[in-house]
Amino acid sequence: MAEIADSGGGGHAKGKKRAKKGSTRVDMTPMVDLAFLLLTFFVLTSTFSKPKVMSLVYPAKVEDDSEVKGPKINNAITFLLSEGKVFYYTGEYYPKSAPGPKGPTQLKESNFGPGDDGVRKILAEGNAYVLSGKQQLKKKLDNKQIQDSVYIKMLTDLQRKDEALKVLIKTDDKATCKNFIDLIDELKIAEIGVIAPVEMMAGELELLKEKLK
Amino acid sequence: MPKIKMPKSSPSIDMTPMVDLAFLLVTFFMLAASFRSSEPVQVTTPSSVSDKIIPSNLIMVTIDKGGRVFFNMTNSEARKEMLTNMSGKYRVGFSKEQMEQFGFMESFGCTMRELPGYISLSSEERGRARTLGIPYDSTNNELKDWISFGNLAALNTGKTLFEEAKLKGDKPDANDFKPKFILRVDSQTLYVNAQKVIDVFRDLNLNNLNFVTSMEMPPKN
Repeated sequence: MAEIADSGGGGHAKGKKRAKKGSTRVDMTPMVDLAFLLLTFFVLTSTFSKPKVMSLVYPAKVEDDSEVKGPKINNAITFLLSEGKVFYYTGEYYPKSAPGPKGPTQLKESNFGPGDDGVRKILAEGNAYVLSGKQQLKKKLDNKQIQDSVYIKMLTDLQRKDEALKVLIKTDDKATCKNFIDLIDELKIAEIGVIAPVEMMAGELELLKEKLK
Repeated sequence: MPKIKMPKSSPSIDMTPMVDLAFLLVTFFMLAASFRSSEPVQVTTPSSVSDKIIPSNLIMVTIDKGGRVFFNMTNSEARKEMLTNMSGKYRVGFSKEQMEQFGFMESFGCTMRELPGYISLSSEERGRARTLGIPYDSTNNELKDWISFGNLAALNTGKTLFEEAKLKGDKPDANDFKPKFILRVDSQTLYVNAQKVIDVFRDLNLNNLNFVTSMEMPPKN
């Protein structure tokens, strides 16, 4: 294999001293060893799954938040995050001193599980308007009635409508980034368009502390 | 009865196909592999269903478990420009070699005072060196300067690349050449620490941030 067969010029062979004919096979074991060594090295050192990114647009900072009051959000849900725990309440916040139509705000506990009190279920119910709208749009897209870009634009418009669920996220000082990203992830699954990570109010912190006891 | 004679075969096997296969696999892994970059901190990122791949032109801030902050940026030209601006502002001198070296470095997390010494270390020593992270409190906000100078430099180099692509006759999207801001946080990092860094970005009016996450299967409906 590795040696070149000397077939030409047979006439001269008579007088010449014939070279000893060795085996044409080369011992390939070292090469195989090397090849597998390299193979093992590359298999172990390479990373295939490229990390993914999840984008999140934060609200722009305003010079003086106290003065600026955004439009009244009628369909909102507020999540309060602590170490591995998630609580929520719907609608506006009513302190004990000034209860709303349904009394003061009560926190409800939730989790990231698939159960009935899981975040995914709550969001799916709250945001049913957008989710059903998205299905219709998706159908149109599949039937090629609308284009990709139109689909994305209509979906964002849908998410910004009054009927769509808006979400506020408040964290205490024990919440980890994992809790936060898990929640954002759930919001993305539920097609929530308006996400606002904001500071926790003192009243809410008190409610949270009571719950954590 | 005569004995059945087994044909005598050579005890050595032809290994050629195996070698072929082994080298094929080696070639495949060599070409397909992207190596783990030697980052000064190990970070376990949280997972999400997002399938957006990490952009190539990025400014990345890493926050480790203890809240130490590291800065990284792609594009070595922009890195050098950023370092020149930073050394002017903080009056820390860098030699030409250090400038070159900085262009090819990975994340770093040290103060401007420590930086020249840190650059001079070999890459192995850098991995072992215990740095304190980039300061980002209101009295000494070096992170803010890194980000703003980094953004400027990346925009400049992005602009030239954009012009070049335009001259070539492609129809480039200007947004592809702008740097993206990436936050790499550990799962165990307290959110308050991340929030401080996010506030630094927001102070600079950079509101569109990306979190590095590992892949997770989306739920089936």
